[in-house]
Amino acid sequence: MLARRLVKLSPHVALLPMALTVLLAYVGGALWTLRTSFTAARTFPSDKFIGAAQYVRLFDNERWLLSLHNLAVYGALFIIACMVLGFLLAVFIDQNVKGEGALRTVFLYPYAMSFIATGLVWQWLLAPGSGIEGALRQMGFAGFSFDWIVHQDLVVYTVVIATVWQASGLVMALMLAGLRGIDPEIYKAARLDGIPAWRTYLQIVLPMLGPSVATVFLLLTTAVVKLYDAVVAMTQGGPGIASEVPAKFIMDHLFLRSNIGLASAGAVTLLVPVLVLLAPYAYARSRRARAGGAHA
Amino acid sequence: MSHHSLQAVAPPLPMTNAAPLKRRRRVTPARIGVYAFLFSAALFFLLPLYVMIITSFKPMLEIRSGNVFALPAMATLDPWRQAWGAVSQGFWNSVAIAVPSTVIPILLGAINGYALSFWRPRGANVLFGVLLAGAFIPVQVMIYPLVWMMARAGVFGSLPAIVLVHVIFGMPLMTLLFRNYYASVPHELFQAARIDGGGFWRIFLQVMLPMSLPIVVVAAIMQVTGVWNDYILGLVFAGRENLPMTVQLNNVINTTTGTRLYNVNMAATILTAAVPLAIYFISGRWFVRGIAAGAVKG
Amino acid sequence: MSNVTLRNLCITRSGNPILRDLDLQIEPGEFLVLLGPSGCGKSTLLHSIAGLIDISSGTIEIGGRDMSDADPSERGIGMVFQSYALYPTMSVEKNMSFGLKIAGTPKAEVQRRVRRTAQMLQLDALLERKPSQLSGGQRQRVAIGRALVREAGVYLFDEPLSNLDAKLRAELRRELKMLHHTLGSTMVYVTHDQAEAMTLATRIVVMQAGRIQQIGTPAEVYDRPANRFVAGFLGSPSMNFIDGSIDASGRFSAGVLDLHLPHAAPGGVTLAARPEHIHIDDNGPLNGTVTLVEPMGNHQVVWIDCGGHSLSAIEHGARVLAGGQAVRFAIDAGRVSLFDQDSGERV
Repeated sequence: MLARRLVKLSPHVALLPMALTVLLAYVGGALWTLRTSFTAARTFPSDKFIGAAQYVRLFDNERWLLSLHNLAVYGALFIIACMVLGFLLAVFIDQNVKGEGALRTVFLYPYAMSFIATGLVWQWLLAPGSGIEGALRQMGFAGFSFDWIVHQDLVVYTVVIATVWQASGLVMALMLAGLRGIDPEIYKAARLDGIPAWRTYLQIVLPMLGPSVATVFLLLTTAVVKLYDAVVAMTQGGPGIASEVPAKFIMDHLFLRSNIGLASAGAVTLLVPVLVLLAPYAYARSRRARAGGAHA
Repeated sequence: MSHHSLQAVAPPLPMTNAAPLKRRRRVTPARIGVYAFLFSAALFFLLPLYVMIITSFKPMLEIRSGNVFALPAMATLDPWRQAWGAVSQGFWNSVAIAVPSTVIPILLGAINGYALSFWRPRGANVLFGVLLAGAFIPVQVMIYPLVWMMARAGVFGSLPAIVLVHVIFGMPLMTLLFRNYYASVPHELFQAARIDGGGFWRIFLQVMLPMSLPIVVVAAIMQVTGVWNDYILGLVFAGRENLPMTVQLNNVINTTTGTRLYNVNMAATILTAAVPLAIYFISGRWFVRGIAAGAVKG
Repeated sequence: MSNVTLRNLCITRSGNPILRDLDLQIEPGEFLVLLGPSGCGKSTLLHSIAGLIDISSGTIEIGGRDMSDADPSERGIGMVFQSYALYPTMSVEKNMSFGLKIAGTPKAEVQRRVRRTAQMLQLDALLERKPSQLSGGQRQRVAIGRALVREAGVYLFDEPLSNLDAKLRAELRRELKMLHHTLGSTMVYVTHDQAEAMTLATRIVVMQAGRIQQIGTPAEVYDRPANRFVAGFLGSPSMNFIDGSIDASGRFSAGVLDLHLPHAAPGGVTLAARPEHIHIDDNGPLNGTVTLVEPMGNHQVVWIDCGGHSLSAIEHGARVLAGGQAVRFAIDAGRVSLFDQDSGERV
């Protein structure tokens, strides 16, 4: 009897690692950080609760505010550029072009590289004097200037370029998979209706790709929030603090500046947009699960 | 309407016509435009790789005086030797990290996916939902508690620590891949196995796991790539003796004082990117399959 | 309603000829059915009339104008696709009006056409719905509606009923026939279902391997098939074929089976008889054994073995037949067809 009972528990036992991971690492970790954000912890965790003081300090902090501003600017540009470029690449590749396989390989390989490698390469390419600027000057365009990476106001755009280069291929791959699921007779019908190709893609195909676009948007947004490696490799947050981003702010305050209370407040703040974004997805999923029955 | 339910979707990108419209034999301006755009895009994408490679073969003299786009006039393997010297320790560290950090998450992901798909114990789906949500949360939210816990347990800064961390953060994607895959296996197969007398572990080991090779390959590709390319976790958890290649690379390049040896830097970067790039070029379709299967969520 | 003329049409795809030197004249107002097995080229032919496929050589005229190079939207045609190809994110009303709006048709005219077509196809109540909220039959009607609002000279149908279940198919078939009656437009219809072809067509074009086998009214292709292929393709159960020879006195014989054919020339031939022209008759001249009986409700299909030849016959009466039973039967000599044994052509 006992043996049978134990056997029936097998699935539960098997899922123990997952349960532990979720409850301890994810939920537990998040709750711990939340708690810490309300304490005066500096190098070590503390039990001294100080209410929302860390958050006040946080939003008084020039570096944090700059990092948020950078993230907003970066995020908007990155997401728009990736989606437009990825979509265009997918649509153009879908036009029965020769060498499609080779083209896809070329557009997607940057995604296989680490953010660090990407950041380093583009740091080299965009270095004033020796990179692209230097090369074009040597080729005769004497007055050509492309030293954004050392300009406080322009350095964010360099990070955009490097990461768009890396991520557009992914967007293309996902959009292409979506395009391939579209009934080919739709194109015939549109052609017969006299609808020009660009309108067909914009008003008929793109709405049909809704789920793909939503997935892409979610992936890109979370990538924006997590931006860290590329900045570390490319600009180290510089010049000065001009390319600071929240993730870097938090890491620096956790490990270099020994202020885990402040950093935790920052982490919690960073979490909010992600949860806000995930909420509609979670809702849609649970609705479909209830409506569909079997598979959630 | 297409429903992106949690079905293992994508056959690899089919090489068939989506738009079956026959091309006019005349070359239209639109067609030229398509090729022009794709060609320019390809140039944009290939440029950094090209520059990386040629820079790594140039002596510093050429780099200082020359054009970043010019081919090496006096190609040399010196930068490569130096680069390898600088990051080889990191290479072996990365290997030592990547192997267990791939095998264990795949195993756990398979068990999780299997249990979730076929047995569905109570509350498991909720747990899974939270796990998936966890994949989107910035790692900074959980990093310090983990550091603190490991420091208390005395394992912080060691190989087991970094592997454990990779297991934790790899679990969402691995579980999702296997769960989607098993969701596409006909439920009747599982029921037949139960009628045949199979229990939880027997069915897993003797029926499901053997038919999971395709998804294991995909999961391995995704996990190896993710682990190898990781920077932040390796930086924090691996400890000085086990720093992965990415961390060592960044240290070499960005924290060197004095003259920067760009050729060595590029060679080192290529060496670091070599493993995942090789996996990508060899596995091609499987890589794309992984993206599609992992990205198609509820 | 326009006429369509195809001259010397050749279509080659990646080196393989799909259609070879095809000539066809479609009269205004007729319902022409392109009938044939998969791969015979009927869909390709339809798509080339629509302009969705490039032709290698030859001309296509619609309404008297050369349309060989024209864009599909300029040919004055409407088309209904096998998978309906409705725009999934648009309502029924938008699906029908989208093309017209793009073409710059004035709003009032668009509304008039959509309303009129919706009424004709009983879609009035469904105008605001999206395709995913419609049944298969309703979607098919919307697809037809989208073609009809174009008020074209020719309407093309690419196997529109093959995705429906049998009952719905029969229902929509009748509706299509009535539609043709009401509109009187020229319609070109592709199908592999010979029953559909027979009921809908004013003329049938039977095709095989890129070539036209026979053009004629349903009665013509059914009663006087031009070759063995057409004979075997139309009619269900299919025609019975018996190889044999005719002697000088006009007597056809194939083993124990023989038949007197007064006007036939001597020589080796294949005799073809439809099951409905083989009668089970206690006074019939031929002998056989029943091998199988298929009850169909209002008739029975009886399979008879006659000296090694397996023949199907249709029995309308209440006669009770069983396997193994010996029967006598007759073949209606006036309704048989004769085909050359080598070429398959009608003699």
